[in-house]
Amino acid sequence: MTHTLRGALRALAIALPAVVALPVAQAQDKLRIGFLSTLTGPISGLAVDMQDGFNLGIKQAGGRLGGLETELIVADDQQNPDTGKQVFDKLVKKDRVQIVTGTLFTNVMNAIGPIAFREKVFFINANNGPAQFAGEQCNPFYFNVAWQGETPAEAMGKYASDKGLKKVYVVAPNFPAGQANVGGFKRFYKGGIAGETFVKLGQLDFSVEIGQIRSAKPDAVYVYLFGGMAVNFLKQFHQAGLTKETQVIGPGFGFDDDTIRGVGDALVGSLNAWWWNRDFDNPQNRKFVADYQAEYKRPPSLYAAQGYDAAMLIDAGVRAAGGKLGDKEALRKALATAPFKSVRGDFKFGANQNPVMTYYLRQVVKDAQGNISNKTVAPLLPNHADAYGGACRMG
Amino acid sequence: MSTTPLAATQRPPAAPRWPAALAAASGLLALLFPLLMQALDQPFYTGLATRILIFAIVVSSLNLILGFGGMVSFGHAAFLGTGAYTVGILSLEATKKIGLLPGTESAWIAWPAAALASGLLALVIGALSLRTRGIYFIMITLAFAQMLYYICVSLKMYGGDDGLNLASRSHAGFGVDLGDDRHFYYVVLALFAATLFGMHRLVRSRFGRVIEGIRENEARMQAIGYATTRYKLVCFAIAGALAGLGGALLANQNLFVSPNMMSWFQSGSLLMMLIVGGVGCLWGGPIGALVFLVLEEVMSGYTQRWQFVMGAALIGIVLFAPRGIVGAFKRRGG
Amino acid sequence: MNAIFLLEQALNGLQFGLMLFLLASGLTLVFGIMDLINLAHGSLYMLGAYMMVTCFAVTGSFWLALPLALLATALVAMLLEVLIVRRLYRRDHLAQVLATFGLILCLNEGVRMLWGPHQLSMDVPALLAGSLPVLPGLQYPAYRLAIIVLGAAVAAGLFWLVNRTRVGMLIRAGASNREMATALGVDIRLLFTLVFGLGAALCALAGAVLGPLLSISVGMGESIIILAFVVVVIGGIGSVRGALVGAILVGMVDTLGRAILPGALRSLLRPELADSMAAAAASVSIYVLMALVLVWRPAGLFPTRG
Repeated sequence: MTHTLRGALRALAIALPAVVALPVAQAQDKLRIGFLSTLTGPISGLAVDMQDGFNLGIKQAGGRLGGLETELIVADDQQNPDTGKQVFDKLVKKDRVQIVTGTLFTNVMNAIGPIAFREKVFFINANNGPAQFAGEQCNPFYFNVAWQGETPAEAMGKYASDKGLKKVYVVAPNFPAGQANVGGFKRFYKGGIAGETFVKLGQLDFSVEIGQIRSAKPDAVYVYLFGGMAVNFLKQFHQAGLTKETQVIGPGFGFDDDTIRGVGDALVGSLNAWWWNRDFDNPQNRKFVADYQAEYKRPPSLYAAQGYDAAMLIDAGVRAAGGKLGDKEALRKALATAPFKSVRGDFKFGANQNPVMTYYLRQVVKDAQGNISNKTVAPLLPNHADAYGGACRMG
Repeated sequence: MSTTPLAATQRPPAAPRWPAALAAASGLLALLFPLLMQALDQPFYTGLATRILIFAIVVSSLNLILGFGGMVSFGHAAFLGTGAYTVGILSLEATKKIGLLPGTESAWIAWPAAALASGLLALVIGALSLRTRGIYFIMITLAFAQMLYYICVSLKMYGGDDGLNLASRSHAGFGVDLGDDRHFYYVVLALFAATLFGMHRLVRSRFGRVIEGIRENEARMQAIGYATTRYKLVCFAIAGALAGLGGALLANQNLFVSPNMMSWFQSGSLLMMLIVGGVGCLWGGPIGALVFLVLEEVMSGYTQRWQFVMGAALIGIVLFAPRGIVGAFKRRGG
Repeated sequence: MNAIFLLEQALNGLQFGLMLFLLASGLTLVFGIMDLINLAHGSLYMLGAYMMVTCFAVTGSFWLALPLALLATALVAMLLEVLIVRRLYRRDHLAQVLATFGLILCLNEGVRMLWGPHQLSMDVPALLAGSLPVLPGLQYPAYRLAIIVLGAAVAAGLFWLVNRTRVGMLIRAGASNREMATALGVDIRLLFTLVFGLGAALCALAGAVLGPLLSISVGMGESIIILAFVVVVIGGIGSVRGALVGAILVGMVDTLGRAILPGALRSLLRPELADSMAAAAASVSIYVLMALVLVWRPAGLFPTRG
C-alpha cells in the first residue's frame, strides 16, 4: 500500500542518516581534511596520482599532519559541479572538515569556493587556479599551492617570443580555464597567431583540427590539453606527419608521464613550461621521488607532486599555528608564510595567496636506454607571480 | 513497434485509501523535519530533504507528460536548466550588472519568470517534437536539450562551462529569509504540496481525462473529434513550466547553476527516478526522487564502487519490480 | 580553404561516419529486430577496446589480437543477453532504458575494477603507422585510410549477410513475424542471441580499431552512444541502409561543421562572439540535422515499419 510504503520510506530516510551520522567524532583536535576530486570518469587517473602524493605526505608525517591526528575523507565530484557542491556540502556540514583539497576542474572549484569561504573552511587548491580566486574573488580561506591557470601559458608565451616564432597556432578546450590560459599565452607572446581552435572538452578525435593546422602552416602549435585529449591530439598530430615541420609547445601537464606513456616516441622534441620536474636536485624532491617510487612502484607525476606539496603545506602550516584549528586567522597567517620546503625549490605565496615561483623550460627527451622523460632545460620566468594579484583586495 | 509506456499496462490509479493516522504521521514528520534535524545537530539533512522535495516536483512534472500523457521525453532537464538559469542570470544581472538583461533577486518576479521561460520553451520544443512518436520523440527531445546545453556552455558572460554562482537566495519578503535553510525547506514543502494537489486535480479534470484517453488510444480520441496534438502540447508546456519552477528552486538550493543541469545525463536521471518510483502513479515522482537520492547519498558514503551497486539495483528493479516501487505495492485487482 | 583542406576534411568525415556506422548498424539491427533499446551498446564498444589492449598484450600481434578481441566481446555480450537482456524483449522501452542504463553503470565499474582507472594506450600497427600522399601536399595517416577501407568492407559484408544469405533471411523473418517464424521451426531465441552477438562484434570492431587512434578510458562509450542513436534515428529504425546513409551524413556534417563554421563565423562576426558561437554551432550541428530530418520525415529516412 502506498501510504504504508511512504511512511516506511520516510522513517527509513530519517533513521538511516541518523545511524550513519552517529560515529562521526566531534573532537576538535582532530584534523579532518576533505579530498574532493574526480574519482570516476576518464580523468580519474590524475586524481589517483594526486591522492597518492597527498597520502605519502600524511604517511611521512606519521599519520599526523601538523602534529594532529589526521583523517582524510575522500569524495567524488564525478567531474560535475552540481555533484561536487552536494558532496562538499556534506563534507562541511556532516563530516565537519576544516580543510578541503583535491579538486581538478575549475567548474567544481567555482561551485565549492563560495561555500568554503562562507563556512570558513580552508580551500587548499592543488591544481589549476581560476583567475577569479586569484583576483577579484580572492579570499583568506583560499590558497593555491600548485599554479594559477595562466602562468604556464605566460611562460611558454615568453619562450615563443624570445625564440622569435612568427606564426603560432593555438589549440585549447572550450571552457573558461582553456580560454583564460590562451589569454595568458597571448599576453606574453608578441608574435602572430596563425589560428585558434577551441575544441570540445573531452574531445578525442582531432582530425578536423589537424587539417586546419595543416592549412595554416604555423611555426609552432601551442597545445593546452590534458589527459586523454593530450594523448590523442599528440599521437594524431604525429600520424598526420606534422611533428617534423611544426614545433609542439605547451604547459607541462600536457607533456607529463601519462602523456608520455600514451604517446611514446612521437612526443620527443616537444617543449613545455612547468615549475617542477622529477630531476630537480633539491633534498626534499629527491626524498619525495624516492619515497613515492618505493611506496607506489611507479615514478611520481606532476599531479602527485602537487598533492604532496599540499600535504606538506598543511603539515607545516598547522604546526606553525600550534595545532590550534579553532583560530582561523592564526592558521591563515601561518599558511600564508608557506613555512614548508616545496619539492619545486623556491616557493612563496603572493599577497593573493597564489604561488610566486620559477617557471622552467622542459624538453621531452629519450635517453640511451630508451626511456622518455622531461629534461629541465633553463629557467623561463624566475619568481613569477600571476597577473591577478592587483585585482585582489584582501584586507 | 510497441512504445506503450509502463503506465498503459496499469489501470488508471485508484484514489488511495489512507488510514488517517498513518497519513497524519507522515505529514507531521515532513512538517517537523527541519526542527528534528536541528535538535539532532544534523543541519545537513534539512538541505538533503529540501533537495528531495525539489526533485519530487521536477520528477512529478515528468510524470505528467510520461505517466499520464504517454510521452517519453529524454530532454526534460532542458526545462529544469532553463528555470535555474533564469533565476541565475536575473540574480547575476542584479548583483553584477552585466548589462544584457534587467536583473532582480526577488522571488516573486524571478520564480514566475523561470516557470514562464521554461513553459514557453516547452511550447516551442513540443510544437516541433510532437510531430514524431516513440523513439523518434525520445531522440528529438534529447536533441533539443543537447542544443540548449551547448548554447549554455558557450555563454561566456554567464559562466559557460564553469557555471554561475548566485550571491544569495531569492528575496521573498514578509519576514521569510530563504537564506535560512529551515525557512527555505518550508517554502519548498508548501510548493511541493501545491504541486501534488494541483496534479491530483488536473488528472481528475476533463483535461486530464482527455490526456489519458490520448495515451490509451490516440486514434480513437481523434476519431471522437479531439485535437490530440493540441492537448498534448498544452500538457507538455505545463510540465515544462513546472520543471522550470523546480529549476528555480534548485538554483536557490545550490546557489549555483551550470550547464550540467541540462545534460542528457540529468534527463536520464529524472527518467530513472520516475521509473523507480512508479510511472503514472501520483506519488511515483516523490517516491522515486526520495529513494534514488537517499540511495545515492547512502551508497556514495560507503563505497566508491557505488555505481556498480546502483546499476545492479536498477537492473533488479526492472526485472523484479516492473511497475516501480509504488506500482509494486498497489494491490492487484483492487 | 583549398582542395587539400577540403579533401582532408572529407576523408575525416568519411572515416568518422564509417566508424559510426559500425556502432549504429548493430544498434539498428537490435532495435529493429528485437525491438530493444540498448543504451549499453556504447559499453560494448568500450569493452571491445579494452579487450583489444589485453589481447594485444598477450599475443603481441595486432592482427591476432583483433579477431580475439571481437570474439571475446561477442561472447561476453551473448552471456549478458542470455542472463539479462532477453528478459527485456517483451518489456516496454522505458524498462529497457532503465535496465540497460544499469548495465552501463555495472560495465563501467567492472572495467574499472579489472583494468584500473588510468587511461590506456595502444600503438597503431607498424604496417600502418605512416602516412600516404593522397594528394601532393596531403600526407593522410595510413591507419585512417585503412579504417575507411575496413568500414566500407564491413558495410558491404553486412548488406550481403542481411539480403543475400539464409541467415539474413531468417533475421528478417524473425523481425517481421516472430510467431510465424517460430512455427516454421526457426529457433528465435538462438537467432536473437546471435544477432545481439553480431551487434556486439561490430561495436567491438569499432572500439578495437579506434583504440590505437583515441585513448582508451572508462566511460568512453557514453559520448558515442548518443551519436549512434542519432544515426539510427536519422536513418530509420531497423534499416542497415539507413544506418549507412545516416552515419555518413552525420560524420560529414559534424566534421565539415567543425572545420568550416569557425572560419566562416569569424569572417562575419566579432571575434569573441564568433568563437563562442562557433563552438556551440559545431557541437550542435548534428542535433540540428537530426531535428530537421525528423521534422521533414518523422520516422527517419528509410523507415522499415510504417
